[in-house]
Amino acid sequence: MRDVAIIGAGSTKFGELWGASFRAIGIEAGARAMQDANLGGDEVDAIYIGNMSAGRFINQQHIDALIADYTGMATNHVPTTRVEAGGASGGVAFRQAVMAVASGLHDIVIVGGAEKMTDMDDDSINSVLNATSDAEWEAGMGLTLPSLYAIIAQRLMAEGIATREEIASCAVNSHFHGAMNPDAQFRKAVSLDTVLHAGPVAEPLTMFDCAPISDGSAAVILCPLEEAKKHTDNYVKVCSSMQASDTLALFQRESITHFNATRVAAQQAYQAAHITAADIDVAEVHDDYTVAGLMALQDLGFWKEGEAGRALLEGQTRFDAGKTAINTSGGLKAKGYPIGAAGLSQIVELTQQLTNRAGPRQVRNAKYGLAQSTGGTGSAVTVTVLEAM
Amino acid sequence: MAMVVAREWREIPGRYNLEGTRCGCCGKIFFPSRAFCPHCRRQSIGKMEPFPLKPTGEVYSFSIVHQSDGFNRRMLPYAVVFVKNDDSIMLAGQLVDVDLPTVKIGMRVRAVLRKLDEDGKAGIIHYAFKFVPAE
Repeated sequence: MRDVAIIGAGSTKFGELWGASFRAIGIEAGARAMQDANLGGDEVDAIYIGNMSAGRFINQQHIDALIADYTGMATNHVPTTRVEAGGASGGVAFRQAVMAVASGLHDIVIVGGAEKMTDMDDDSINSVLNATSDAEWEAGMGLTLPSLYAIIAQRLMAEGIATREEIASCAVNSHFHGAMNPDAQFRKAVSLDTVLHAGPVAEPLTMFDCAPISDGSAAVILCPLEEAKKHTDNYVKVCSSMQASDTLALFQRESITHFNATRVAAQQAYQAAHITAADIDVAEVHDDYTVAGLMALQDLGFWKEGEAGRALLEGQTRFDAGKTAINTSGGLKAKGYPIGAAGLSQIVELTQQLTNRAGPRQVRNAKYGLAQSTGGTGSAVTVTVLEAM
Repeated sequence: MAMVVAREWREIPGRYNLEGTRCGCCGKIFFPSRAFCPHCRRQSIGKMEPFPLKPTGEVYSFSIVHQSDGFNRRMLPYAVVFVKNDDSIMLAGQLVDVDLPTVKIGMRVRAVLRKLDEDGKAGIIHYAFKFVPAE
């Protein structure tokens, strides 16, 4: 197996991109990443694309062919593969691309994620999101995806692992950073009161506990680590990218106050990178719901069970707090959540941080970065560790 | 989204009657039904037996839903619950015929058969278990 590097990264602005179609959005981030890597296009050996539900959002299947075609790669007959794993689609696509380069099969690989959600009405969008849980035995019984996370939140509160205020403060942290990210959907800080008193979605969670509906894409370019310097000085090493699964339905788990898939993938990722959680300087975690972000900080080992909430509430998670900086991009909550793009957007942010190009939200002397991408209610999780070179 | 009738009737044992499966090797109970046991794996194939679950149990966790899509909109706001039934099996569903502020962890509930959804005016009506307060 070869070591793998990221030599280019790019993201569109996330948000309600009314003027842009799926195919326009899908290729924009890839083009930016190619420019960042100083590549012309003919070098590309393979493309991977994370996309959850173009089939339902825009009634287009066969996204692989569409992306190959509109990136201009179909004329070179470049193999293109679409990956779906609910909210973890981007994370899993990234891991597939890393394995393709590590194995020696491909040298230059583009891996992107894209979603166009706003071409559909809100009611239908919610039914697509709910279908990342067990459609037969959860969504089909009237349990929405936010209500499943609310059920987790209620249990965390009942067991004394987190308070309502601590859970809500995850959104405050993400918005604090989103205000500094020009690509973020919401560039505005919010107060704890705003989160707590927003309209209820699924009690105890309000609208501000939930990531928004977004359009957008993000992409990175991979190559063998030993080739990276030929292309750019701004590259990072992929130390490890691990993936774990769990039951599709949340109610099938022994415990719902942590995600075993996150714990397993993290343990494997740390081991392969020869580091521990304490070595991570900057992390992007999957905060599609505040409660998911809080749990991730505990499952990844950054804070002990029962202590992540206070860290969020006290601002220990901010880019300049000197601990592990959390969601400096604004996270899914403030940067936005075009589902298939989320896992790649995290990698783009970490690449910027580890190459000292994150602007006003730069984490000082960041050496190790971690990304955690989650599908459904922790049914598929990827954990990736990157290192500054 | 309208479904063909077969998708409805093939799930009747679980959705109407809370029928799960029990592993003939280790005795562990599963709901919904599984073709084999995740603990005994190959050994359990062909040895999974139908197992009727007790309809009673207590609320393990809950939420009050204020935003929902499709047919469930007419119910808003409504309670959803995880219930640990009296076989110690976790179930998920709605809690109805209840004063919402009284819903709490630990309250006793019982599964009853209710209308879940309908495929428009001409389509089939979906039924399944929901929970009601037991005391």
